[in-house]
Amino acid sequence: MDENHDPPIEDESSSSSSGTSRRGFLTQVAVAGAGLTLAPLLTGAQEIILETPPAQPQTSMVILTVNGQKHTLNMDERTTLLDALRENLAMPGTKKGCDHGQCGACTVLVNGRRINSCLTFAAMHQGDEITTIEGLAKGDELHPMQAAFLKHDAFQCGYCTPGQICSAVGLINEGHAKTDADIRELMSGNICRCGAYQNIVEAIKEVKNV
Amino acid sequence: MESFKFIRANDPRGAITSMTGGGAKIIAGGTNLVDLMKLNIERPAQLIDINGLKMQTIETLPNGTIKIGALVKNSDLAYHPLIMKNFPVLSEALLSGASAQLRNMATVGGNLLQRTRCPYFYDTAAPCNKRVPGSGCSAIDGYNRNNAVLGTSKYCIATHPSDMCVAMAALGAVIHVQGPAGPREIPFADFHLLPAQTPQYETTLKHDELITSVDIPPIPYAIRSHYLKVRDRASYEFALASAAVILDINGGRIKDARIALGGVGTKPWRSKLAEKVLTGAAANEQSYRTAAEAALSEAKPYKHNAFKIELAKRTLVHALTTVGGMS
Repeated sequence: MDENHDPPIEDESSSSSSGTSRRGFLTQVAVAGAGLTLAPLLTGAQEIILETPPAQPQTSMVILTVNGQKHTLNMDERTTLLDALRENLAMPGTKKGCDHGQCGACTVLVNGRRINSCLTFAAMHQGDEITTIEGLAKGDELHPMQAAFLKHDAFQCGYCTPGQICSAVGLINEGHAKTDADIRELMSGNICRCGAYQNIVEAIKEVKNV
Repeated sequence: MESFKFIRANDPRGAITSMTGGGAKIIAGGTNLVDLMKLNIERPAQLIDINGLKMQTIETLPNGTIKIGALVKNSDLAYHPLIMKNFPVLSEALLSGASAQLRNMATVGGNLLQRTRCPYFYDTAAPCNKRVPGSGCSAIDGYNRNNAVLGTSKYCIATHPSDMCVAMAALGAVIHVQGPAGPREIPFADFHLLPAQTPQYETTLKHDELITSVDIPPIPYAIRSHYLKVRDRASYEFALASAAVILDINGGRIKDARIALGGVGTKPWRSKLAEKVLTGAAANEQSYRTAAEAALSEAKPYKHNAFKIELAKRTLVHALTTVGGMS
């Protein structure tokens, strides 16, 4: 239930026009066993859709292929790809920044294309080839983009770096960046609060020109 | 996020059947929906994953219409040679939206249903008629710098956020949908609704209908077209004002014009008023300025967004000048 719609607990006067007290309402919800929204009853306003979410979290078996390895996981349907990687698979290389698709820290490659792993459910990726920062190096040999980031000092704190590197690998795969301005534009989905942008551009240029 | 039942649709019929009971949402790219679910603004009881459906192709029909499958990714559409060559306005609009990652996820069908970024729609502690009908509009007397100046009502002044839709409005695209009763077509101008008294209803798509494709009719002169977007930062930001312009110019005269504005309207804003001014007029700055005045003649400013009226005019004049100067 959306707690922002709750009236103060002690205030029984905040009943709805239909005379339903909060306590009474909660009982109704318990009886109905449904997660109805409180706001419409309190304000008399109508809801857009009648929502009756299942009372219990729904779980299912999901097979994910990450860095070439298949994993069978029983997970809550609500698990994002990002959380599946970090929590279910204990691969914390992919970072959670904003969790709303605004910062790019969670960027991974799905079938070679960069995406925000925070804005997609893991269950939507059965059969996909997922590549994370952990899957770029070949043993002790760094991926050229990782090596270029080191060489050009393309980070400071490093938190955005896995996303930056995965995004940069995706950018090279896409092949649309011709100029420095193109690189900047096509990397705009990855925010770096330390401001290492100049060196990130240098690192990407080096790999692009090889 | 509330729990939901996850359903993988194997064919359009199955997806439509799953939707008939209500409370279900289709998920394709998920870039907008997942975010809204995390914020408890969208709370579907069932989530129907349609990514397995065969709607990922872009094809040219015998009559020259370009049929874009609803699941085509924004990036695939933007970089498609056919689109880049024949409809630069669409390619540019798509590439001006979001980030490379999001464009790799977001689909054409989903983009049509993209929801506003009005901060009060996102703030579940604030009244919002779009989110909770009848609760009031916080933006009208609140901080409304990013809100709309065209198509507003006393119930809602939320801006439609899409760039793609502005280009599609100018192109006069046709949206193909499928429902329990079969397929139907919706002209782009009839797809999005003005907020009026019911801002919670944003499109004419029914709850059990599935978008299958977006068709662009042949417009040979759309080779001369352009999308110009003005925003607070150079990239990865929603428009303050934008203009999609398509001009057919012959011997210095405008034979036909297609004009749409973004960032200023409660829906993708095709401006028939501007088109009327331009059709038959000389292709020069004076015509462009007159057209821009016409396009914004019905604009209604709010406390913080009056600047958008002048900004939109200049954006349109700039875009018209660019297209007018194309060989």
